[in-house]
Parts: sequence; structure tokens; C-alpha cells
Amino acid sequence: MSEVKLSYTISGDDFTRAGEASGDVKSKLKVLGVSPDIVRKVSIALYEGEINMVIHAHGGTIDVTISETEITMVLADRGPGIENVELAMQAGYSTASENVRALGFGAGMGLPNMKKYSDEMSIDTRLGEGTTVTMKVFLQ
Amino acid sequence: MGNEKFYTSVHLDESLCKGCINCIKRCPTEAIRVRNGKAVITKEFCIDCGECIRHCKNHAKLATHDSLDSMKDFKYTVALPAPSLYAQVNNIEDVDIVLTALKRMGFSDVFEVSAAAEIVSSLSREYIRNHKDQWPLISTACPTVTRLIRVRFPNLLEHLLPILPPMEIAARMARKRAMEKTGLPSEDIGIFFISPCPAKVTSVKFPLGYEKSEVDRVLAMKDVYPGLIQAMKDVVEDGQVEELSSTGNIGISWGGSGGEAGGLLTDSYLAADGIENVIKVLEDLEDNKFANTLSFIELNACSGGCVGGVLAVENPFLAKVKLKSLRKYLPIARTHDTPDDIGLEFTTDVAYEPVFNLGGNMAERLSKMSQLEELMEKFPGLDCGSCGAPTCKALAEDIVRGMARETDCIHVLRSYIRKISDGI
Repeated sequence: MSEVKLSYTISGDDFTRAGEASGDVKSKLKVLGVSPDIVRKVSIALYEGEINMVIHAHGGTIDVTISETEITMVLADRGPGIENVELAMQAGYSTASENVRALGFGAGMGLPNMKKYSDEMSIDTRLGEGTTVTMKVFLQ
Repeated sequence: MGNEKFYTSVHLDESLCKGCINCIKRCPTEAIRVRNGKAVITKEFCIDCGECIRHCKNHAKLATHDSLDSMKDFKYTVALPAPSLYAQVNNIEDVDIVLTALKRMGFSDVFEVSAAAEIVSSLSREYIRNHKDQWPLISTACPTVTRLIRVRFPNLLEHLLPILPPMEIAARMARKRAMEKTGLPSEDIGIFFISPCPAKVTSVKFPLGYEKSEVDRVLAMKDVYPGLIQAMKDVVEDGQVEELSSTGNIGISWGGSGGEAGGLLTDSYLAADGIENVIKVLEDLEDNKFANTLSFIELNACSGGCVGGVLAVENPFLAKVKLKSLRKYLPIARTHDTPDDIGLEFTTDVAYEPVFNLGGNMAERLSKMSQLEELMEKFPGLDCGSCGAPTCKALAEDIVRGMARETDCIHVLRSYIRKISDGI
């Protein structure tokens, strides 16, 4: 079965570049003729994840696999890990510093939005080692 | 029929084209390629922004528009000056001088687009107030922006403000007034829009959001300019200025960026101008990056707004200064009565046109995308344009679409030749 694999390295703490990966995926999905509502779901979920990696984890990698039936996004970082996943999943909860909040980030909607805009999401996190978030969006 | 949907005013005079890469590099939708030494525009990709006209050093890129001679086609003619026209001339404090001069040029009557703009402002205020679910509403006055959204931002189509642009409302009101005044049948009346840009020509030939335009001819502002200046001199000399204008501050302001949004009398708007800035705003909006407190987004493809159109004459920033001094002593608005017997809102949906789709079924598109990624590894990533495509990525897309070959890249070709010569 044909599929496309895309890999991105996300640099940490550079807000001006946050969104480059999700932007590239978005433009590729449009060229691939993926329906607009799915493009929207993927680009919002991925952008939120990308921003999270910049804010919390000093960057990481994003691997996207597009097949005929689904889009799989694996966001892996070597950041501090998430202490309480359940709490982090609550809308409005944020550990972001004041500096980051001043930039308009850290509204506590990152993970909740990623869950909302993906069809499946799993989080594998280890304190002090890093976090891997896997999201899937189905094409049918 | 399919071609009609992608009509463009922008076109090439092949005899003048030298096949340089200026236009392909400036085109925001990567619609131009140089093939066999000449620029070729892919009509489906072109949004009529006019950037190629602006940047072609050989003046090989042109806008289709009508000639002043076409006034002879009608028994009765009405000039529809865009507000940006008022900013093309010097030292006027009174719009009536321009309007009177237009009549001296041979038009039977004038109808200000800026007057219709005040109606649009008032309708927009009401629509925005009543449609919070569609916030932020995106302006549809710039035809290039609407065209951009229909090919690249399908998720934003639902935000388009479904109100006719000022030009169209002006045309409908002007025709009605002319018919009442003269008793002539509609076909004897010619409605002439004086345009700062090629996109308006396109929106007359193929409107988005409504079936048919009531504008009969579109004249380029730069063509009207010389005769207008002459006629204005005469008007000023004999002092016979007719009282024709019914535009206030809001209507005049539409000629420059921020003018339309300013007419909404709210703070919760964003106004961006310049096609690259417009694209950036739409990308961010699509990604949910904007607070949902924004009620309106005004977008103008040209820097400075309509005064920055490629058919305008004056420096756009100086033109904005002139608009400012013109409106200084005007009341907020002077056109208040909204006509109820002509349509004012969109009657058709603006549909997504996925023109950038690679084609075939999903499996085929995925395999084309893989091929595209492989090609990108082979290309140097210099985006030199020597192949005739604006970027290495654009060439790779052309190749998977079957429109170009790998060896069109001179760097690939050079290493291929080196390999052969090494083998000899």
C-alpha cells in the first residue's frame, strides 16, 4: 500500500519557526487532495503539538505517515516529561512560565486541542526522559 | 466551459517576453513557468493579483481591459470611479471636480463606487453583528483575495462576507437610475467601471458569489488618467463644478487599506495588505491561531490597498495621503439609503477549486508525492529558476504532473553530462 513519510526536526525555543512543520504538512495534504475538514483537523492538532515541543521540550522530531486510510503523527521529544498526564489533558491547565504566557501561549489548550482534533491519541511519557505523542486522523 | 471559471485578465504579450525569471519568482501562487523561452501562465493557478505585471521589466505582462473607444457602444454611459481614482490627481479638495471632469470626458453620468461602499459598510456592520458564528468575516471586496481563498483555503470559505462588492452595487444602482432617467432599455446603457486593477476585470467577466455583473466595460485607471487631468483643468478654469458627490469619510476611505474595516466602526478587526501578508494571515487563520474575538478581516492583495493596484498611476502611499486630506472635512457618511429593489447579497456559493491537487486517486497521489520527495533529494535546493519553475519544489511538482523532466534542472543535467563524459 502506498504511503508518504515525512520527517521534521523541531528546534526548541524559537517561536518564529514554530508552525513550519505543520504548515508544510498542511500544504502537502492539500496537494494530496485530502478533504478540507481533515486538513484542518491535522494542521490544528499538529500545530498545537509543535508549539508544545517548542515551549516545553526544547524541540524534538515529528514523523508523519500518510497512507490511503489514515494520517499518523508521532511527536517525540527529550524534554522533561509530563508529570500528571490527566491534569495536562484538562482544558485550561498549564505549566507554562509567565514569559511564555506573555507571548500568548500557555492557555492550557495544547493537549486538549490535540485530542479534540485527532481521532486517536496516545501519550507515552517518562519524567526526565521525554514524551512521545502519537496522533491518528482517519481519512474515511 | 471549464476555462471560463478560470478566466484571467492578466496575460502575456509573447513578442515582448524575454523568458527571464522575474515573474515566475514574484507569482504568489507559482502560476507561471518559462517554457521554450516564454512565460506561460497556468490559468487555474492565477488569481489575477497583477504582481507579474508590476515586476515585468519588459512590459510583457498585461491586463485585459476595455478601451475608452468602447463608450461609443452605448447611447448612454455611466462612469463608476473607484475611490482610488480620487487619489490619482493632485491638489483637489473637492471630489466633484473629478466627477464633473469625467462627464466632460464624454460620460453621460457618473455614479460613485464610494457611495455604494457606504451602503456596503452599513450592510456589513449589520451582517457581522448578526452572524457571530461566522466570525471572523473575511472581506470579499478584493477579487484576488476571494480567488486565492477558493483555490487555497477551502476551510475559510465559510467566513467570506456574502455581500456584493461596492462596484457591483454601484453598477446596479447606476443602471436603475439611468433607466429611470432616460427611459432607455438596459442594453443602451453602458456602465463603465474605472479600475485600479486587473482582478476587477475578471470579477466582471466571471463574478464569484453572484451570477452576472451589471458592469458592461472596465477601463484602466491609467488609460482614463490623461484625459481626466485635461478635463479637470478645464473644469477648474471655467469654474463650472457640478454637485455630484454623495460620499463621506467612510466611502473615500475604501480606496486605501484599512478603509473598509474602518467603516465598520469597531476595533475588533484586522486589516492586512500586500499579497504575501494576506497569505500569511490566511494560513494563520486556518490554523486557528487567531483569537476568536476578531469579528472582521480586511484583506487587500495590493500593498496600500486599492490605491496600490497595478493600473493605478500614483505612488500608493502618496495616494493614501491624498485620500486622507480629501476626507478630512467630510461627514462620516453621506449615502444612507439602502436600496431594497436590487440584490445586495451573494446569490451563489463560492466553491472550493482544488486546482493544486496532484490528480488521480489517493494511491496515485501518494505515489506522486513520494516521487516528489525523492526528486527534492536530487535537486540542489537553490531555487535558481533556470529550469523555468520558480522553485525546485515547483519543478518536482511539474515533473510528477508530467509537465517537465528531471533534466530541465541544469544541475541535474550537468552531473548527468559529467557522468557520460567520465565514461568516455
